[in-house]
Formats: sequence, structure tokens, C-alpha cells
Amino acid sequence: MDIMQLVVSGLANGCVYGLIALGFVLIYKATEAVNFAQGDFMMLGAFITIWLVNAEYMGLNFWVAVPIAIVMMGIFGYLLDVLVVRRLFGQPQIAVVILTIAIGFVLRFAVGAIWTHEPQLLETPFAGGIANVGGIVLGYEEIAVIIVTLLLTGFLFLFFRRAKLGKAMQAASQNQLAAYYVGIPVKRIQSLVWALGGAVAAVAGILFASKGAIDPSTGLLGIKAFAAAVIGGFGSLPGALIGGLIIGMVEPFAAYALPAGYSQIAPYAIMLLVLIFRPAGLFAQMQNKKV
Amino acid sequence: MSATAVLQVENLEAYYGPIMAIRGVSLEVRQGQIVTILGANGAGKTTLLKTISGVMSAAKGTIHMNGQPIHRSEADAIVKQGLVHVPEGREIFPLLSVAENVEIGAYSRSDKGGIARDLEMVYSYFPILGERAKQAAGTLSGGQQQMLAIARGLMAAPKVMLLDEPSLGLSPILVEEIFVILKRLNEEQKVTMLLVEQNARVALEVADYGYVMELGGIVMSDEAVVLQNSKDIQAFYLGVREQTERGTRRWKQRKTWR
Repeated sequence: MDIMQLVVSGLANGCVYGLIALGFVLIYKATEAVNFAQGDFMMLGAFITIWLVNAEYMGLNFWVAVPIAIVMMGIFGYLLDVLVVRRLFGQPQIAVVILTIAIGFVLRFAVGAIWTHEPQLLETPFAGGIANVGGIVLGYEEIAVIIVTLLLTGFLFLFFRRAKLGKAMQAASQNQLAAYYVGIPVKRIQSLVWALGGAVAAVAGILFASKGAIDPSTGLLGIKAFAAAVIGGFGSLPGALIGGLIIGMVEPFAAYALPAGYSQIAPYAIMLLVLIFRPAGLFAQMQNKKV
Repeated sequence: MSATAVLQVENLEAYYGPIMAIRGVSLEVRQGQIVTILGANGAGKTTLLKTISGVMSAAKGTIHMNGQPIHRSEADAIVKQGLVHVPEGREIFPLLSVAENVEIGAYSRSDKGGIARDLEMVYSYFPILGERAKQAAGTLSGGQQQMLAIARGLMAAPKVMLLDEPSLGLSPILVEEIFVILKRLNEEQKVTMLLVEQNARVALEVADYGYVMELGGIVMSDEAVVLQNSKDIQAFYLGVREQTERGTRRWKQRKTWR
């Protein structure tokens, strides 16, 4: 039963990595920019929710606070694109990379200044609950994390397949010029993608903070999620989720089997292996661009 | 010709960085017409279309559609006004299916009934697209991608359609096929067209009126029939060879408009 226990905790962690990786992929696909602050978006979303919910701050009802936090992060993503990222339009891609890394630093220290650098836990209605399924002990938080992740991924998948806005986002990412020609307001669509990236990060943050304490530097685990996105193919939504799950599953087993300290290497070792043997990722969706 | 001008361009200027690509172009397209713009590579034809459709911004001059100024509008607002640009080189969405590509052409519209009618109309003109509906658009052949781009443009229910080199890179048979469809669309669906072409022969066959562009400016304009019979057009764009008295080829001489 030891192994099942590791699998379950790995799944829950992997879901959070997967959700952050989803944010990377969303923004990359639609705007060709990699948002290296995605992990810090997650952290900010978590702290906004903690601020709204926890008794020592606002003390709002959890179910009221969660949608507010998600919407706030959506607005944050939208405004960040309109006010900052869009100004770099036409600059080399490296400029956007450095910009988002800088935004990550700013968020880390701003959050630390407002809500302190101490680790904090989100107070959820399901905290501490335990379900015993066939001898495996599952925390309610872990169950919630897995269910919410599956629902959100399914929702996004359908959104891109069926909704007019989702198709417009795909179109704008596949051929920006042609998107202008068919009358898609490309700039607004890109801002909306940033909003979606912010909202998904908020969900990831809420899930993360409900199963363990979070502090401002937690956003750095965005790097791990970046590895997850690379493993998944960096263009595919299901790929991002599965990349996240792989990394989440590998971590506890590496910690169990390897000497202390070595387990942290495992996610990146897997990323390297994938890059060497399957450079386009496990779920490559990108076509080679025709010249 | 009593029909009113749907599209009116006056003294349009546009730049690529410091280079003046469009030098004061004026033209008009009347209701129901096919108007063609002829010219060699680099004459500024594509730039002109991009400036009209709002993908590039105009430095000077005005563009009016049905009397409304559109030269300050964003590209998506111009599509909403009923002007759609079918770009050269088959700019399609390669990973979306053929059907999704066609449907997204109606992005600017919300009249469900009209969209459904136009879908039927588009597939009746391009039956091959209906057969390939579920396939990823990137897997279509060049001619089919060109048809897809035209079909996608039609889905916007355009009052004016700008067509950029629909014959580019296609076999003579396919060029013929596409131009027959364009002519039918013009006659049966009353689509007004502004057609840019290097293939002057087919363009003048379908067009009512033509402009000749060189170095970013209009150098000549007339009824298509008149252009077809003009010595200059025949020599420089239709490839008609003619020996002069001294045995020099006509292309060694100066054009009359210079």
C-alpha cells in the first residue's frame, strides 16, 4: 500500500504542475510568448484567495471568495497584457522572456511585502477530512485537487473545440495575419488569453494552498511546470497536463528510492531525456513550418 | 455606368519603414463590378490591398466604403463593415479543419440563419471543400487552399472582396477553374471584387475595369476591353510580340506613360 500512497500524493502534486503548465501552453500558443511568471501568477492567485478567505484577513466565505479570486487574476492577466506585454510587440522574443522573468520577481517581492514571507495555509471547508478508500488514506484536499484539475482540463478542451472564442484563439495562434484578414480582433483575443492564463493560475494556486502552506517564493516551482510543458510538447493542452502528472509522480518515487537531494534532479532529467529522444515532446502538435 | 462607388480610395500613401510603397493612389470600385489592378512584382499591389483592408495603416489619403471613412479603422472593424481581404499565398489556419476554416470566416457575423445559408452557398461553389470538411486544412493541395481562402472570405458576406493573386502558383487549368468560379460569384451572388493579378490575361477577361500600377502609383486606367486592346498592355502584360520597322522588340522602347 506504500506505493499507492505515493501515487496518490504524486497525482495531486502533478495536477498543480499540470495546471501551471497549461498556463504556459495557453499563452505560448496564442501569443508565441513564454510567460515565465506563470508560477508566480499561481502564487499570487493563492495569496489573493488566502487574503479573501483566512480569518485573520477578510474572512469571506470560501465559495464566495474563490470566484472573486479567479476573476481578479483574470483581470490581472488582461491588464498586464494591455499595459505592459503589448508594448513589446515587434521586439525580439528574448525581450518578452526577460520581461516576464522580471514580472515574476516583482510579484514575489510585492506579495512578500503585503502578506509577509511566512508560509501560509488556505483555510478551506474540506481541510483535514480523510477518506479511506480500500486501505488508501486520501485527504479531501487531494481528492479535490484531482477532480478540479480534470474538470478544468475538460472544460478548456471543449472550449477550444467548440466555442467560437476558443476557435478564434486557436486561429490567432496558428496564423496571426490570416486572423486579422477574417476580422478577428487579434489584440483583444491575446489579452483574453492572458486573462485565461491568469484565471487558470488562480485555480492552481487555490489548489496548491489548500493542500500545503505557500510562501512568496513558491512561484519558483513554475520552472518545474515549465519542464512539464516541455515534456508534454509545449503546444498541446492534454500534453501539458500529462507532463505535469509525470513529474508529479516521479518526484515522490525519486525521493523514496534515491539518496536525499537527488530527487530534485528527477524532473529535469526526464525533460532532458524527452528533449533528446523526442524533441517535439510526447504530444507534439506543432507542424514544421513550411517555408 | 450609373452604379455608385462602393469603395473609393483617394490619394492614398503608405510606407514600409522609410520606403514609400504607395504614392498617392486613387481608385474606385462600383457596385457589382470586378475591378482589376495589374502590375509587375513590387509595384505595390499587395501593399495597396493591405492598406485598404486595414492590416497596414495609411500615412495619407482617405478610403471610403459606401460613403463611410474606413482608413482609420482597425482591420476587424473593416471586416464588420463588409470589406474582406483574401490574401495571397493561401493564408489559412493549417491545424483547424477545413469546415472550421470556412466557419471562422463568419467570425464578424451573428445572424445564424444568414450564416447557414452562406455555408450552403459556399459549399455549392466549392464542392471539394465539402468532401474534405473534416481534414486539417494544412493537408489540402495548393489549389484547394486557395479555394478555401476564397470560401472563408465569402463567409463574411462581403460587400467588397479584395482578392490578392488568386492564380499564384496554380496550374493553368486550376487558374481557369478559379476564375470561372469568381465570375459566377460576381454574376450570381453580386459580389463586388477588387482583384490584384500578375496574370493580366485572365484578369482582364473577367474584369469590367482595370488599373495599371507601377512603382507605387497608378499609371493607366480604363475599361477592361480598352486595356485588352491597348498596345502597351499587350506588349508589357499580355506578352504579345510585335516587330517594329527597325526590327527592335517593343520592350526595348519606352512605355507611353513614362
